[in-house]
Amino acid sequence: MKKSAFFPIVVVVAAIVLLWYVFTVVMNLAWEKSVAERAGTTPSFTTMVSNTMQQERPVLPAPHQVVEEIINTTFKKKITSKRSLIYHAQITLSSSMLGFLMGTLLGIVLAVAIVYNEALNKSLMPWIIASQTIPILAIAPMIIVVLNAIGVQGLLPKAFISMYLSFFPIVVGMVKGLNSPERSHLDLMHTYNASAVQTFFKLRLPTSLPYLFTSMKIAVAISLVGAIVAELPTGAVAGLGARLLAGSYYGQTIQIWSALVVASILAATLVMLVGLVGEWVNRRMGLAQSNSSGGTL
Amino acid sequence: MSDLLSNNSQQTESVINVNNLSLTFPTSDGDVHALSEIDLTINRGDFVSFIGPSGCGKTTLLRVIADLEQATSGSIDVNGMTPHEARLARAYGYVFQAASLYPWRTISKNVALPLEIMGLDAAVIRERVRKNMELVDLAGFEKKYPWQLSGGMQQRASIARALAVEPDLLLMDEPFGALDEIVRDHLNEQLLKLWAQTNKTVVFVTHSIPEAVYLSNRIVVMSPRPGRIHDVIESNLPRDRELSIRETPEFLTLANRVRDGLRAGHSYDEVA
Repeated sequence: MKKSAFFPIVVVVAAIVLLWYVFTVVMNLAWEKSVAERAGTTPSFTTMVSNTMQQERPVLPAPHQVVEEIINTTFKKKITSKRSLIYHAQITLSSSMLGFLMGTLLGIVLAVAIVYNEALNKSLMPWIIASQTIPILAIAPMIIVVLNAIGVQGLLPKAFISMYLSFFPIVVGMVKGLNSPERSHLDLMHTYNASAVQTFFKLRLPTSLPYLFTSMKIAVAISLVGAIVAELPTGAVAGLGARLLAGSYYGQTIQIWSALVVASILAATLVMLVGLVGEWVNRRMGLAQSNSSGGTL
Repeated sequence: MSDLLSNNSQQTESVINVNNLSLTFPTSDGDVHALSEIDLTINRGDFVSFIGPSGCGKTTLLRVIADLEQATSGSIDVNGMTPHEARLARAYGYVFQAASLYPWRTISKNVALPLEIMGLDAAVIRERVRKNMELVDLAGFEKKYPWQLSGGMQQRASIARALAVEPDLLLMDEPFGALDEIVRDHLNEQLLKLWAQTNKTVVFVTHSIPEAVYLSNRIVVMSPRPGRIHDVIESNLPRDRELSIRETPEFLTLANRVRDGLRAGHSYDEVA
């Protein structure tokens, strides 16, 4: 599988990079034309094309410009420097991880309540769904301001917004997972006269774990989005969101794009890590029947 | 010989008494009479088979005994208690159609499951798991996961799990239905040996005539719509039997009587 996957992956990446360059030329050409017009020169087409990839504030920066910026702001800066992307990423990461943990816990607790109590199922579920129909951008500033008013500052308000987004897939996945034991597996517990607690820990919880890890993959990615979004409306001075904001104030598109790329690399890494932990747990549970589960993601 | 006598004296004691029992499932198309006016007594040490076409209520009757379904009317007692009390007292072991092993537990952990729930000491659990895995010939497979075992071995593990509770009563719902003929023969032989060794009362649901005749000392022939008992056949075959008994005239006579009973049940179906 590994060998046969290599070629398609390379082709897809190459196609994306190529398309990106094409768009770089198309979108930045207008600026080059107006520069030439003002200077009264008529540079050749190839000069103009090569210039589109070296602008200081391009509409769309070229891939190599973004890569260069990322290298400059990661490996070539001290981690404590305000100009280091690693410094900003770590700030966003810590609040999104805290939010992800809180969201996972909240999601599991809500799912257990919903599965074991029909009244709670009927009364809680509409609110849980409603909470996700509100655009997070609208509610994020309010949460930050309200929490600030009661003295909650720093990591926690941002983590709250991550939690707000990430508990939802956990609830949905865990409700499904906790309800997924086979009839005969439940009957078996019944014939043993097992208590509800025993049935939960010996049957429902283990059965639900694959569902939990699938949900956690979604939750970890959107908790990162939540943390970035939470940094936007607050005028945060640090974090990937702050980098995006500062970049847009000063028209630093390269800075915006490099923050975006770092954020997506971070998200992909987190999803992969959750996937690896999930696989490890599966193996520990003896469920890893060779090749039965598709990819790692 | 003295064994046989003691068996006979035990057989006077009844374990399960069913009196005029009916069970109706309400559905959107009207009521389904799963069981209708069932009368049945099962004695200690009996091996009783329920046989009949699908929809005759044989599994439902077994589930009523196990308190997995509740009768609509009539009475039933198990070990002198209601099925509910019997279940709370863990008076029976139940073997399902599928082995129903928990896939995340090793075989020995699966056998230990009911014992963990009963809250027994670790040492007692270990000893009972060892004993019962040996009984079903699975010693050496303790650390394997269910998917690493064949269907027949999985079903043997599930029998060991039922036996680990040390019940006097074993309820088995078509346990070998999904297995191939050779494996089924082998497990039938083993089950008979087990029955002889442990002297348990076994209630066994099947749709195979040879299996029912080979295993049982009483065969309950059931028919569908409504689910009821058509015939109860006492077997005069010796308790100690080999697979070759299936070629004897006595066996074939019994098998024919079961087949006739099943046919009569089916003709009702065609009239209706």
